[in-house]
Order: sequence, then C-alpha cells, then structure tokens
Amino acid sequence: MKTIEIRWHGRGGQGAKTAALLLADVAFKFGKQVQGFPEYGPERSGAPITAYNRISDQEIRVHSNIYYPDYVAVVDETLLESVDVCAGLKEDGALIVNTPKAPDDIRPLVPDYKGRIITLDARRISEEALGRNFPNSPMLAAVVYATAFMQKDEFMKEMRTSYEHKFAKKPEVIDGNMKALEMAFAEVGGADA
Amino acid sequence: MSVKSIPDRMSGNEAVAYAIKQVNPDVMPAFPITPSTEIPQLVSSYIANGEMETEFIPVESEHSAMSAAVGAESAGARSLTATSSAGLALMWEELLLAASNRLPIVLALVNRTLSGPININCDHTDSMGARDTGWIQIYAENNQEVYDNFLQAYRIAEHDDVRLPVMICQDGFIISHGVQNISLLPDEPVQEFVGTYTPEEYLLNPGKPMAVGPYAVTEYVMEARKAQRVAMENAKQVILDVADEFARVSGRQYGLFEEYRTEDADYVMLLIGSAAGTAKDAVDQLREQGVKAGVLKLRVFRPFPEKEIAEALKNCKAVAIMDRAESYNGQAGVLGSEVTAGLYRNHSDVLAINYIYGLGGRDFTTDDAAAVFNELKDGVENGKEIEQYQYVGLRG
Repeated sequence: MKTIEIRWHGRGGQGAKTAALLLADVAFKFGKQVQGFPEYGPERSGAPITAYNRISDQEIRVHSNIYYPDYVAVVDETLLESVDVCAGLKEDGALIVNTPKAPDDIRPLVPDYKGRIITLDARRISEEALGRNFPNSPMLAAVVYATAFMQKDEFMKEMRTSYEHKFAKKPEVIDGNMKALEMAFAEVGGADA
Repeated sequence: MSVKSIPDRMSGNEAVAYAIKQVNPDVMPAFPITPSTEIPQLVSSYIANGEMETEFIPVESEHSAMSAAVGAESAGARSLTATSSAGLALMWEELLLAASNRLPIVLALVNRTLSGPININCDHTDSMGARDTGWIQIYAENNQEVYDNFLQAYRIAEHDDVRLPVMICQDGFIISHGVQNISLLPDEPVQEFVGTYTPEEYLLNPGKPMAVGPYAVTEYVMEARKAQRVAMENAKQVILDVADEFARVSGRQYGLFEEYRTEDADYVMLLIGSAAGTAKDAVDQLREQGVKAGVLKLRVFRPFPEKEIAEALKNCKAVAIMDRAESYNGQAGVLGSEVTAGLYRNHSDVLAINYIYGLGGRDFTTDDAAAVFNELKDGVENGKEIEQYQYVGLRG
C-alpha cells in the first residue's frame, strides 16, 4: 500500500484534530504506520484549523504538512466559501464533506476540482444516533469508506473495542456511536459521485 | 539480546511523559508553557493515579522550577523539569548554576521559538540560546528518539566522569503534538537500565557535610571551569557507551549523529531534529534521479562532535548546514559557525553553505530539501555562485 495522505479542515472546537487522532488510532490498531497531527494557528474557537493524517505500511519519516493530499475531509461546509479546501487535492482521491447536500450540489462550490465527492450529513446522523452534534464519528466512518485502507467490518470491530474502552462507565454511549458509524456508512454509499 | 518491545502510538509529549513515569525520578518541579505543558500535566496524572512516586512541585515560574530542581538535586534527589521557549529563557541563571554545581538534572525541552514576534511554534532559538550554559544537549528526529534519549539521559548525566545536566530536546508541535507509531520498552528493563541514583556527595547526608554553590575567590574560578570543560569532553565517550548499552536492551543504536546514505554522497545536508526525516525522503527521491545526496543528522550538539563531523564530511563535494535559529552575528547561524570552524580546524575546504530554515514553525518540505541539494549541485557542477548565508522558503 502506498502512503495515504489526508487533510482535515474544520473550525477550532469542532473536533477536526480529534478526528485525525481517532483515525491514526484505528489505523494503528489495524497494524499500519500512522501520523496524526494538527497545524496550530491562532488558538481561537471557530477559526479555520487544519489537521493531517498519513497512513502507510512503511515507516513514515516526513514531518511536513500535506500539500498534495489524496483525500480532504471538511467537517464544516461553510469553509468551502472561505478556504481553498481542494488545494493540491489529487483527482483520483476524494473530497468528503459534512453537509445535508448531495455531491452534485457541492461541485459548483469547488469548480477547479474534477474528482470524486462524497457527502454525508454528519450533524443529523450524530443528533439522531447520539442526541448531540458530534460529527467526528460519522466523518471518521466516511473517511474510512473513501480511503478503503481497511474494510468496514474490520473498522467496526476496532471501533467497538475502542468505544468499550473509552466509555467503560457509560455503556449506553457505545451503541449510539456504533449506530452513528453504521448510518454514516449507509449514507456515504448513496452519496458518492 | 534486546527485550520485546511494546508497539504503541503516541505524541512526543506523551512519549516523554511515559519515559518519565518509567524512570520514576524523585522530584519534578514544573511550570506549564506551550508546547511542553502536556508533560507536567501527564506526569501529574500518573502521580495522582498512583502510577509513579515522583514528588511534583507546582511552582510559580520557570525561574523557580529550575531553582527547585537545583535544590532537590543538590539534596541528593534525582530531579527533572520540562519547559519551552520563554520558560527556558527565564531559567537562564539557574541553567548555569545547575551545570557549574555539577548537578545531573534532566530537562525535557520542547523546542519553541522566542519572541518576537510572539509565536508558539517550533524552532531552535531556545536551546541554541542556552548552548553556552554547560548543559549536554541531545536532539530527536521523532517521538521514538525522544523517548529513547530520555531513557539514556540520567545514565549520561550521573556518570562519574560527567556529572552534568542534560537537555533532551524535541521539536515543538511537529513532534510534541504529532501522534506516530512508537516501540516502548517494558518497565522492568527500563528501570534496570537506568538504575538507582546513589550520589557520592549530597546535602542531605548528615555524616558528610558539604556546601553547594559557595563563593569562590579568584584563585578557584578558572580551575572550576576547566573541570567543567573536561566533564563535557568526557561526556562524548559516555554518551556513546550508554548508547551501546541501550542498543543491547532496545535493539536501537544511537551515536553522536546519524549518517543517512552519506558513504558515497557528493552532497550532504547537516541538520537537527524532525526536519531530518523530511530530508531523508528527499535524499531517496534525489538518489532515484542519480543525485548522490545524504543526510548527517546531529543528535548530540553539546558536547559538539567537531572532529567526527569533519571526518564524516571529508569526502563530499558540498555541505548544506541547516540552522533552525538565527544567531544575529551577521555571518552565520549557530551550526553554520561551529561546523565551518570545525572544517577549518580539520583542514577541510569543502563547499559549506549555511541555510536558515523553519523559523517560527515555517514548514520545511521534501521540495525545500531537494531545492537545497540541487543548489549545491549547481554550485559544484556548474560553478554557480551560491549565497553563503541564506534563508529557505522566505516569502518575497
């Protein structure tokens, strides 16, 4: 497997950094070499922030940001208007956006990008499954679906173990998170163009 | 035979905190500062959870943190602290006290620039500014190396031939906040390797009274300094011996510096820290295009392995000396000055260009590294004049 490079765009406080660290975690458990790191600018809630992942079978030595990502994950769709989220994005990768819109409705917002677009309404999924807006879990599922470096059932198994560990004292949260992942997989399968 | 390691993933700060937990030193005074704050925070949690017994002292400034470390170490307690940037600057006076009183304190430094303009990101301004304080300085490329370096620190610091404080440095945010794979050692072999601290002389030893840091009349100052210098010179061999012993436990071998594809290299990039990994990737790309590039990654900056560096560079055609700090002497960065002085003293006239890069967290990419190598090549092959002291990635 060649190294997969992923760039996350979010706003301070929305959890793009946490999502990148969660992805590094699950990829590590799956036996991969991983990097997960945020780029720190002014630390303001709501300011655009970037986080990165590299996933590989080989040792990862490079320690720079990612300028030519294979995949871009956008946690907050309002960033499409102010940040060039597709900068350097490879056409054979994918743009993954948290939005209630369909991929065809996103395409006009990124006119220079010709590659694959995947959308999911991570907010609605999270609110239905968990009762609160935690877009991380659905976004994580969407990125795993798009990158396909591990299969869904392997991913679900790792995530259950990790939630069981993390929420040992709140078992009711485990099922909600697992449901959010299932819903995300179902939704991205139908919104992938 | 090396012991079976435990695969994990963690950030550089987590790796150092984990090493501290395993070493379980006696006293840790600390004051938080970005990007090293997580280290005292994680250690405090370990202590609160009963996973280690270190006495943590929450002090009100870095000046006090190093003062308390000096006090604790003088008393006979294995001590440490952690800091970054302005925190290290505020310790300035005590850094010299720690070294001149021959106190084997370990400082986990997370490299960050100093003001101004105010900025929280990585460069080496802080530790390079402390280069003449008498501390041993050991740098890391990644989380694995900073973990391994910390485990070796007390063995070096407390050695009878050394007895000097050690700074274990890692690049702020790039390594301190970047999660990556790591091989951890189990507690038992770590504790066996590090050993217990049994100082010969210390303040809380009622049978053997002593003074620490008394006034010295003029007749004694130069002799004390000379003894300190000899200790620093001795450290070089001790660092190598400890590295060999560590390799037997961990299977990972360290030296004063690492040479990557330098054996037949025409062009060598000499640098410190996380950018070395990026440069290695650039070397592999250039080698595929037929350019004989290599990397010399300096691990130990104090003591400065001048002769060894000159020896390693004796067959190359050009060297790029990369400084992640300015020195404002108007001629070169810190490494630029020290490496070229070393080349001169060892009768080398290799083309040596000094590049300043990565200040205040400015990213350094494989493309940046390749451009530097290609400039050296252009200078050697086509006789192109290269600016001797220049910046990488400066915006126009």
